[in-house]
Amino acid sequence: MRIAVSAAGSSIDSSVDERFGRCAFFVLFDENTGQTRAISNDGVSAAEGAGIKSAGLLLRNHVDVVVTGRVGPKAMQALLAGRVAVYTGVAGTVAGTMEQYRRGMLSPLGIPNAGLHNGKTGKEMPVE
Amino acid sequence: MIIAVASGKGGTGKTTIAAGLVLALRDSGRKAAYLDCDVEEPNGHIFLAPQCNESDDIFIEVPEIDRDKCTLCGKCAEICAFNALLVTAGEVVVFPELCHGCGGCRYFCPAQAVRPGRKKIGTVDRGTAGRAAFVRGELDVGTALSPPLVHAVKKNRLPTGVNVVDAPPGASCPAVAALRGADFCILVAEPTPFGLHDLALAVQMAGSIGVPCGVVVNRAGDGRGLIDHYCLREGLPLLMKIPLSRTIAEAGSRGIPLNRAEAGWDRMLLLLYSDIEGLIRNERAHGNQRQGRNG
Repeated sequence: MRIAVSAAGSSIDSSVDERFGRCAFFVLFDENTGQTRAISNDGVSAAEGAGIKSAGLLLRNHVDVVVTGRVGPKAMQALLAGRVAVYTGVAGTVAGTMEQYRRGMLSPLGIPNAGLHNGKTGKEMPVE
Repeated sequence: MIIAVASGKGGTGKTTIAAGLVLALRDSGRKAAYLDCDVEEPNGHIFLAPQCNESDDIFIEVPEIDRDKCTLCGKCAEICAFNALLVTAGEVVVFPELCHGCGGCRYFCPAQAVRPGRKKIGTVDRGTAGRAAFVRGELDVGTALSPPLVHAVKKNRLPTGVNVVDAPPGASCPAVAALRGADFCILVAEPTPFGLHDLALAVQMAGSIGVPCGVVVNRAGDGRGLIDHYCLREGLPLLMKIPLSRTIAEAGSRGIPLNRAEAGWDRMLLLLYSDIEGLIRNERAHGNQRQGRNG
């Protein structure tokens, strides 16, 4: 399984980003090899369809699971079509969120939990 | 001839001027057409009370993927500037609501797997308001893409006579689509700091596509010469002022055009037209030809 976490930075100590389509990086964990790497998200600068672009990036990198905060309707449709499982509830750092995910503390998402263009205006949402 | 009426800021009186101008020209015996390109909220029909007898649905091209031919190479999604396509392991997913209808995916597909499908974006109605021609575009609710519809409205312009284009507000694609190819643009402004700010944006827009423009001040009153000073500084012709008047406002709220609200406006609007004719002639004589292509 390859798991991606939406993040503000490129390391496992970076803060997570609640926004799926407009996070700066995805930090990837490969459970088979134990390797970690970050990919920068070109969806962040898209005028429209940022979530679809991000979903395409994850598909090209063979991601099976994405852990994020808010996913809009088009991004959700894209992730469902690409058979990427979605978990929400990112908080704190990437490493902390991964730990939560591994312990089964995060909830899977089957329907969008944010409106269109949700990541566009608010810069940083407060992270509990 | 094409005269566009634009504003930058919304609600300044574009339709009041555009409809008034068409009525004044019509009633003076000239051939005139009113083209409502404010397709998100077309409302010139309220002033002009036209009889519409023709209506066309307007479509844009959206991709349809032939799954037998598609190799999932990803070229279509890669070149789409609007992220309207997603390539998964098993299929290409199309998001028609993001598609701008450029046809790039079809052009670049190495397997000829993209067929031109179509998506309705709105309608164009045609009719007459007395002896004047009337054309109106109306964008479907939920559609975000108006320039193709603006172009469809403008295709109905008269080959001779005066075409008055009622442009959408703002200074982005829909307004640019309406202005492109016009011989002149009337910018309607109100004398407030907001009005001035948005007028300046609209002046830049008209300038960047090479359409000469002039300003009409609506609801003129105690604006302390805000717009006058700006026009003087920028060398823009200040063509006309409509005062802040309860009579005109009440008439407008009942759908009565400026020409019928008060005596004298028919003549003022014809003077406005002849001033514009003069400015266009002047523009041409000085070789200051516009760069904008015919849209």
